Amino acid sequence: MGMTQRGRVLRVLLIVVAVLLVAGTAFAIYLRGPGPTDFAGGQKVALAEYKDTNPTSIPASKKSADPIQRGKYLAEAADCLVCHTTPDGQQYAGGFAFTLPFGTIYSTNITPDKETGIGNYTDQDFLAAVHRGVRKDGAWMYPAMPFTSYTYMTDEDALAIKAYLFSLTPVRAPARANTLTFPFNQRWAIGLWSAVFNPNKRFQPDSSKSAEWNRGAYLSEALAHCGECHTPRNIGFALNNRKKFGGGNAGGWLAYNISADKGSGIGNWSDDDVAAYIGHGHANNHGSASGPMGEAVSESLSRLEPEDLRAIVAYVRSVPATSSDLPAQLAPPAPRSHREGFAANARGKQVFEGACMSCHNWDGVADISPYATLTGSRAVNDPSGINVAQIVITGSASWSENGSLNMPAFGQTYSNEEIAEVANYVTARFGTQGSSLTERDVASLRRQSAQ
Amino acid sequence: MSQRQLKINGEDKTVDVPDNMPLLWVLRDVLGMTGTKYGCGIAQCGACTVHLDGRAIRSCQMPVSAVGSRAITTIEGIGKTPTGARIQKAWLDEEVVQCGYCQSGQIMSASALLATTPKPDDADINAAMAGNICRCGTYVRIRAAIKRAAEGEQPT
Amino acid sequence: MNATFKDSIAEPSRRAFIKGGVAGGFLLAFHVPVFGGINEPNQPADDTNGKFAPNAFIRIDKAGKTTLVMPQVEMGQGVYTSVAMILAEELDADYSQVTLEHAPPNDKAYGNPTFGIQVTGNSNSIRAFWKPLRTAGASARAMLIQAAAKQWKVDPSGCAASDGKVTHGASNRTLSYAALADAASKETPPKDPPLKDPKQFKLIGKPQKRFDTPSKVDGSAVYGIDAMLPGMKFATIMASPVFGGKVSKVDDTAAKQIPGMQLVIALDDMVAVIGDHFWAAKSGLDALKITWDHGPNATVSNDAIWKHLRDESAKDGVIAKSVGDVKKAFESGEKFHAVYELPFLAHATMEPMNCTVQLKPDGGCEIWLGTQVISRVQQTVAKLLGVSDDKVIVHNHLIGGGFGRRLEPDMALKAVRVAQRLNGEPVKVVWSREEDMRQDVYRPVYRDEISATVSDGKIAGWRYKISGSSVIARWLPPAFQKGIDIDSIDCAVDQPYDFPNLEVQYMRVEPPAVPTGFWRGVGPNNNVFAIECFIDEVAKKLNKDPIAFRKSMLDKGPRFKAVLDLVAQKSAWGQPLGKRVGRGVCLQPAFGSFIATVIEAEVDEQGEVLLRKVNCAVDAGIVVNPDTVVAQLQGGIIFGLTAALYGEVTIDGGRVQQSNFHNYRMLRIDQIPSIDVHIVHSGEAPGGIGETGATAGPPALRNAIFAATGIPLRRLPIDLDVLAGRKQPWV
Ligand code: FES
Ligand code: FES
Repeated sequence: MGMTQRGRVLRVLLIVVAVLLVAGTAFAIYLRGPGPTDFAGGQKVALAEYKDTNPTSIPASKKSADPIQRGKYLAEAADCLVCHTTPDGQQYAGGFAFTLPFGTIYSTNITPDKETGIGNYTDQDFLAAVHRGVRKDGAWMYPAMPFTSYTYMTDEDALAIKAYLFSLTPVRAPARANTLTFPFNQRWAIGLWSAVFNPNKRFQPDSSKSAEWNRGAYLSEALAHCGECHTPRNIGFALNNRKKFGGGNAGGWLAYNISADKGSGIGNWSDDDVAAYIGHGHANNHGSASGPMGEAVSESLSRLEPEDLRAIVAYVRSVPATSSDLPAQLAPPAPRSHREGFAANARGKQVFEGACMSCHNWDGVADISPYATLTGSRAVNDPSGINVAQIVITGSASWSENGSLNMPAFGQTYSNEEIAEVANYVTARFGTQGSSLTERDVASLRRQSAQ
Repeated sequence: MSQRQLKINGEDKTVDVPDNMPLLWVLRDVLGMTGTKYGCGIAQCGACTVHLDGRAIRSCQMPVSAVGSRAITTIEGIGKTPTGARIQKAWLDEEVVQCGYCQSGQIMSASALLATTPKPDDADINAAMAGNICRCGTYVRIRAAIKRAAEGEQPT
Repeated sequence: MNATFKDSIAEPSRRAFIKGGVAGGFLLAFHVPVFGGINEPNQPADDTNGKFAPNAFIRIDKAGKTTLVMPQVEMGQGVYTSVAMILAEELDADYSQVTLEHAPPNDKAYGNPTFGIQVTGNSNSIRAFWKPLRTAGASARAMLIQAAAKQWKVDPSGCAASDGKVTHGASNRTLSYAALADAASKETPPKDPPLKDPKQFKLIGKPQKRFDTPSKVDGSAVYGIDAMLPGMKFATIMASPVFGGKVSKVDDTAAKQIPGMQLVIALDDMVAVIGDHFWAAKSGLDALKITWDHGPNATVSNDAIWKHLRDESAKDGVIAKSVGDVKKAFESGEKFHAVYELPFLAHATMEPMNCTVQLKPDGGCEIWLGTQVISRVQQTVAKLLGVSDDKVIVHNHLIGGGFGRRLEPDMALKAVRVAQRLNGEPVKVVWSREEDMRQDVYRPVYRDEISATVSDGKIAGWRYKISGSSVIARWLPPAFQKGIDIDSIDCAVDQPYDFPNLEVQYMRVEPPAVPTGFWRGVGPNNNVFAIECFIDEVAKKLNKDPIAFRKSMLDKGPRFKAVLDLVAQKSAWGQPLGKRVGRGVCLQPAFGSFIATVIEAEVDEQGEVLLRKVNCAVDAGIVVNPDTVVAQLQGGIIFGLTAALYGEVTIDGGRVQQSNFHNYRMLRIDQIPSIDVHIVHSGEAPGGIGETGATAGPPALRNAIFAATGIPLRRLPIDLDVLAGRKQPWV
């Protein structure tokens, strides 16, 4: 191949690359879409220029807390614990599995162990990790770590969390090897992804909104990262804020629509209901939080000060309605007799009468506690039946006014068919439309939520 | 901790216990009414079944503070109800019992069933009784005894 | 366990045993407590003063109250009623007036003739006590008659006893036992009192209402867990979840916030929490942060346990029995071979483990619990406290499920250790269900390898190798001789068929970390399962009907043939069934009873098993209380089927992964088919019954599934994925 010919080829290649880049960038900009708080439409200002109370940091009621306690509050608000701890493992020692269609990613040890944890991280290292998803060794993190949300955290808050983590006892826990397949095991590709999808910007208040709203926005976006589960993703696996809070998924569970849509969202809930649900894991006639949301409540949201909970409620409720395909009407209680109402599905009924009826009753209204009432919950009114099946598999722990109520995990011994059928029975009897899960669906759900 | 009134088998009892304490342990350990049994503590065995206003509930999952003014009936008092007495007699006639540990709960579930469904068929029995485990395997006779009790004279 | 362990190794003497009733020749010296009187029990069951107390079992006071002392404990098997019937039969007592008492700990007076200690297990209450109890009753009756005859100055042979009275027919005089109690107690017990001809039985063989039932239907029955003492404290415990682990650190910050929580006690290997009530103790325990030192077992897993068992079982075992020339037999004929494996199982008695203890200033203690081994509890506790046995008073209670779990004294020892940290207050230690599941002694994993060779359509050579843990070696060391566990080979050395050449090998393999124990059905569960599954596999390959094939090899077993014929008739054996529906049979010699069971089951496309019908024919010799036999078989079959369908305890990280009924599953009433038990009347000595159903259920179901699907399952529990075709069968 002669020099000239090679030059020509190169030129053509360059043009192709340039065209692809332009098209790609335009597409990427489209995909990136609006930022998480852009729906509010007001003027964004730098924190320093925001006139009202500073929406970041810890709440006023905690101002006297020592630095470690402040960091703890923020770490809890950011819900670091759940993803960085295995169900039976040491706190913050990592190893939690994120099961994806193309392999499993394990969270890492964020205790201050020098060899296997983050004991050698400088402040800058820590900020790079939290804001940009870059490890101390320069490698990119997978966005299972919600750095596109944490990026909004102030340096001060991130470092407070670091101080708290560094106050913990170091735990020796080497990282478990991820099992991603090619090309998903190419970490450098995340660099490209981040260039498009991580704004790498700190939180900017909206000057047209109240201090409470801005506080709620900071808590919800920079810390609690609600959108990571509740906002649908686009084909680039990034949050699609055009349908903000319209419903997404999390580890084999569905994270339901929490936008203002009256039918499929929480538009018809009262503020108190929302506060009760996120603060206590239950709102009467709306069911109880289980699965990942149950954990978010127990390890994070329930630990927040009441004023912060109110701020989150105020912010979340301001998100415009996005309709989803969930039924708009929720089913009333089922009849008290097993004979009336939905009566088909012998196997589902058999599982229900043996393992479930003792608490949930034939009408779905529990005598023992409203926490165990099925009527009105989104899960039983979801025709996919996915969350019902997941609750059956993994159980659920809720916190009632009277103490904790546990639903045992039936996944260990009940067959996939039994779980599919009991979910189908429960959604048909207590919801608006029965699901049609199969043995194979349940096998797949188990894989997704497996630890 | 707070003082609360409970109406048990027609009698008023005052107890001073934590709000989240399950009724089961109030009955057994505070009031010494040991006929109601502990089997699992997670609503999977039915050994702890009592009635609240005639409905069968698992007392191991019932926080005492949630009982309110509802009337509690236990195995010690069920014989005073017409259906309870019929069930107990049928249990003796059919010689249902083996170790007996589950039987308080079985009898409570069965008498709640009979009170609402005077002539239960197999499906009704399953629907009401499947939550009660019997490790000794007395199920065949439990079914027979419920049917026998249902055939007995109706209370007038 | 087997009443004739010595013989069964030396010769196929199961049948000899069955014919001979409570045969002699035991390895253990034992004392038949018939004429021994009370033998100064350290703990009299009842004040014998001023009463007619001819032996350890009978007291008659001047008011006529007849008290029968129960050497065996009631755990649902109806033994109190059967024992009372036997005593009252020979005593000619007024059965409607007798009262019962639990026996105190006293091996001499109340020891099980088979074991020499007070044990309720091995389905042998009636087998072992049949003769001693009859003799006790008859002896007392003779003394009462003597006393009456003396008073009337007549020949005793002219006197007769019935319904608590002695009558002299010629003079038409009558004296009640009450009136005779004083005089009778001065009589010498006769050496060989005549026993009744079974034809004269008024009680035995006639269904009697059980004594224990009324209190169990009105809530007044008192189990160990119901013990209540003034000033009592409530405790719950947690031992290291990893077997053999130790407590390293306990953080009780959060537990201190629990209302009613009183005290946290950290012992070497367990933590106890004391509270105002169980709830406070349990909440306190849940709130503790316990750091365990897991020790060497932290990495033991199921895979490692099975690998160990498989590797070890490949080695040569000890020959437990050899008949004919097996080697030669295997030189010809069609060969068959299969391996079966059975999982760990928990007992999951409905009443969780518990024990109430009060330490005494004299260094001894008083104990309240329900146990199958009252004297062992007394002795082990005395040892722990360093006092003589008589300083330990044990109050036995009704048992909310034994199944072999309460053959261990561990719950008492743990409770005493907790009590030692208190100031003499009584303390009731109740285990949570989770603790009960995690700290069981588990039915061992077994591996069974069988080979056979067939000539002329019959099995001509038979090799059977059993590998597994020896519970006997730990529990009754003298009975573990020359590497052979007499329980593990029970029903293998004395299987029912006429195999001309047979060899049974036993290989003791202890699973790493996991403690093992007796489980309802004990050794026969394993052996009958493997044998009966294998017979069906051979029958199928030979294209023979499973029952006909069995009968062709039962020339010397008329009682076996009779139960097979009866069950075939009752189960409509041979009648066509629908698609994926099958009948399976199990024939068993276990515990001295002859039992054939047929289960009809359906397997759906997803592999789910639907139980449709159970028929069981039983020849248990003379049946004391027929209804009890039916009840025990019905319940036992459900117990066995529960295990076959769901039962498996798995180990990961040295700990049990099951915790409660949601993941250690039980059959429920809506899954139970009709279970019809047909009794074959027989004048032979009584056989055992309590455990037989647990043995019968699994092979019959497995064979029904085999008939329905053609899939020969060789492991339990039943794997739905295999039945649905999603997974290859294990071979
Ligand atoms: S103890 Fe309440 S259901 Fe088992
Ligand atoms: S009678 Fe024993 S558990 Fe039911």
